[in-house]
Amino acid sequence: MFNKISFKLILAIAVVATLVFTGFAILTFRTQSNLVMNQVKNFVNTQSETIKNSTKVAMLSNNREVTHEIIRTVGKQACVKQVRILNKEGKVMYAADSSQIGMILDKKAEACYSCHESDQPLEKLSISKRVRIYRLHPDSTRIMGVINPIYNEPSCWQADCHAHPKSQKVLGVLDLTVCLRYVDQEISTVTREMIVLAILAILLLAIILWLLIKKFVDRPVQKLLTATREVASGNLIYTIPDLGNDELGILARSFNKMTRKLAEARQQLFQSDKMASLGRLAAGVAHEINNPLTGILTYASFLLKRTKNQHELHSDLEVIVRETMRSREIVKGLLDFARQSIPKKVHSDIHEVIDRALKVSENQLALNQIQIERNYAPRLPTIYIDPNQMQQVFTNLLVNAQQAIGPNGGKISIKTAHVRLSPYGKVQIKQALCPKGHDLMDAQMRIDGLPSIKLKIKINGKESFVYLDPIYGRNHCRSEIPLKNNTPIEILCPKCDISLIDKDEECPKCGMPIYLLEIPGKGQLRGCFTDDCQWQHWDYIEKQGPRDYIEIKISDTGCGIPPEIVDKIFDPFFTTKGQQGTGLGLAVIWGILENHEGMISVESELGKGTTFTIHLPVKRG
Amino acid sequence: MDKSKKYLLAIDDEPVILEAIKRVAGSEGWEVATAADATQGFNLATKNAYDLCLCDIKLPDMDGFQFLEKLNEIHNPLPVIMITGCATVENAVKSLDFGAIDYLPKPFTADELLSSLYRGFRYVEATKKTQNAKSNTNSLIVPCPSQYKSLGYASWCFVDRDGSVKIGVSFLFLKIIGAIIKINLLPLESEIKQGFSCAEIEAENGLIHPVITPLSGQIIRINDQLTSDPLIVEKDPYFQGWLYIIVPQNLNYEINHLMVCNQ
Repeated sequence: MFNKISFKLILAIAVVATLVFTGFAILTFRTQSNLVMNQVKNFVNTQSETIKNSTKVAMLSNNREVTHEIIRTVGKQACVKQVRILNKEGKVMYAADSSQIGMILDKKAEACYSCHESDQPLEKLSISKRVRIYRLHPDSTRIMGVINPIYNEPSCWQADCHAHPKSQKVLGVLDLTVCLRYVDQEISTVTREMIVLAILAILLLAIILWLLIKKFVDRPVQKLLTATREVASGNLIYTIPDLGNDELGILARSFNKMTRKLAEARQQLFQSDKMASLGRLAAGVAHEINNPLTGILTYASFLLKRTKNQHELHSDLEVIVRETMRSREIVKGLLDFARQSIPKKVHSDIHEVIDRALKVSENQLALNQIQIERNYAPRLPTIYIDPNQMQQVFTNLLVNAQQAIGPNGGKISIKTAHVRLSPYGKVQIKQALCPKGHDLMDAQMRIDGLPSIKLKIKINGKESFVYLDPIYGRNHCRSEIPLKNNTPIEILCPKCDISLIDKDEECPKCGMPIYLLEIPGKGQLRGCFTDDCQWQHWDYIEKQGPRDYIEIKISDTGCGIPPEIVDKIFDPFFTTKGQQGTGLGLAVIWGILENHEGMISVESELGKGTTFTIHLPVKRG
Repeated sequence: MDKSKKYLLAIDDEPVILEAIKRVAGSEGWEVATAADATQGFNLATKNAYDLCLCDIKLPDMDGFQFLEKLNEIHNPLPVIMITGCATVENAVKSLDFGAIDYLPKPFTADELLSSLYRGFRYVEATKKTQNAKSNTNSLIVPCPSQYKSLGYASWCFVDRDGSVKIGVSFLFLKIIGAIIKINLLPLESEIKQGFSCAEIEAENGLIHPVITPLSGQIIRINDQLTSDPLIVEKDPYFQGWLYIIVPQNLNYEINHLMVCNQ
């Protein structure tokens, strides 16, 4: 709280504002009170002049009673403390307080001091010099005294009483003292108001500033902070919402750009790291296999050379040599893979490749009384494939089919076709990540033999899992609980619990929240998985439009695959053949098809047979 | 040592390969001596005069290059054919720079081994002949144009102005393998890799000889004349007898492994 920029800014501004306002208030207070005091002085002076003038007639006629009466009347006024007339010697001649009459004041007393400072008394003084402000006790209210000299005038020395000679300049003084209680009260009221106003102004300023800073600084900074924390914790696809066009907005945009670049780099690094370690493994295996393979190949080919006359032996040996040569190609392929090279693709006729695979398995198939039915489509376009790798796919499938049929015979039919398919319901999602980069693919739960996408959901606080169909748009999803419309739902990554809901969009079909998954290198997948709707959209694939494929269906009349294991058949090392199988056959097929952007799916009915369907893309242009 | 016999020294750390070489080469009249590591092989090579040597590129005590260097140091003229794993074909190409005459990628068939030995033996004979009779004007030599480059003694390439590369078989290679019966070429658009075989030539005694590719790339043209008249390669190996025109993949790097034609 105390470390926040906004707090520091507001504190600094508040301190400066307080100082400025205080200074301003003090200055205003001073000038204001000076102004008021001057007015009061003038007023009191005018008052004393009025008293002086009103006693003038009585003085000239030497009517002392009237003068006394006037002074007493004036002295009765509420705020008049004292009013007295002193003669030249300092004797109190008239006073509102009659007890003072006849008193002689010391000329050095405070009231007289300003004129009688020097031995020769001054005769004229400015108002301010004639005014004195003082307190009787430190606690009492302030008092203002004005000394008003009474000058000798012709009317004075010509008056009948002849009390004053012509030579006298000052006849006496009128001393008027008034209390300043009301003025002081007024001033303190104004002061108080001013302080209150200043505090209010400071508070108002602080609040307005706080709101502005919160809007323009605090919130954007908070968003930037959240973003840096998200990125620090590994969520590289976190983006800061638009923060406007100021410096913070520019910062946010360049931050977004930076994280996007970083995410791409990380993805590449991750991929290349994976490929590198796989490559090392492959290179190691290939190298180890090379030596025994050399032994087999040299001896077998040597034997082949020497058995040209023994026809049966010769043709069997030919198979050994040919297949060892194929192993050599596989090892070469492994090493190629280790060197990250793509399959050796050439334009090939798929029928030739299938026929070659059939030839390899011919003996075995004939031995088991298996009929081969070829339903080849006429004039298929050539496809860009590695014929060796693809032959392996078909050989593996044929071996599987033959084993499924068993020794009592049956039929394997191979059908090819040229099809045009919308990506919807065809393309397999092979990788999906949460915003933090966790792999969402789940090899345990397979849907039609393919690893599913595992998501965690929360409905009314209850946690559960949903397994999405990896085939885009097919929606053979599995959920532990039914997913109805209009139930508030949270969709989370099962590994880090980060929300997978796309906040910016909702399902265009049913308006429910949709999930957003990262498909590395292939954009993003959006979808809705309520049971009724199951809308999905994969921009990257949709943009490519429908594609041409060659479809190869290999069906057998074998025992079929039990539904409970159909999901596992593409797993590496999964086998039903006990010691006879390595469990790698279908996994290898899957890998090869992946390298060719192809797809494989399986349909099986127990006791009736199994059909594997392969789709290989035909390159356009 | 019996002058009428052919002597072979095989060096490999894998006993089954040595055994296989013994059996296969022995069947063609080779007298095979074996060594399990380079030091042992080197000692044998200094003691006895062998006609040919087969040496694995990866040996427990030193690699094939060091073995070749050691031979060069003492001016031992023993012609060496490197045996390589597929992963080290790049190294194999490099070994030609170091003075190996040929190499044999593992795993190999008996025929591949024999054809390699045959070529090696013929190579030694051919070079001996040219050395002995340099002034002999009767021996016809078709010279390789100086702007061509070659991989080992076997294949040549010529980088055209438009960036495409013409590749073919060198005269010496053809002389070594003898009369051509048939040439098997790869289909159009195939990708070929430096050091790997890009064509097979069936020669007079039934042996099949692979033509190693001088540069990696994709085949964009095949010499159609070869199918009707394979002998054109023998007649004019450097011009009309070209094999492929390719678009090279990694020209700048791979060209470093090639030698300038000067014979």
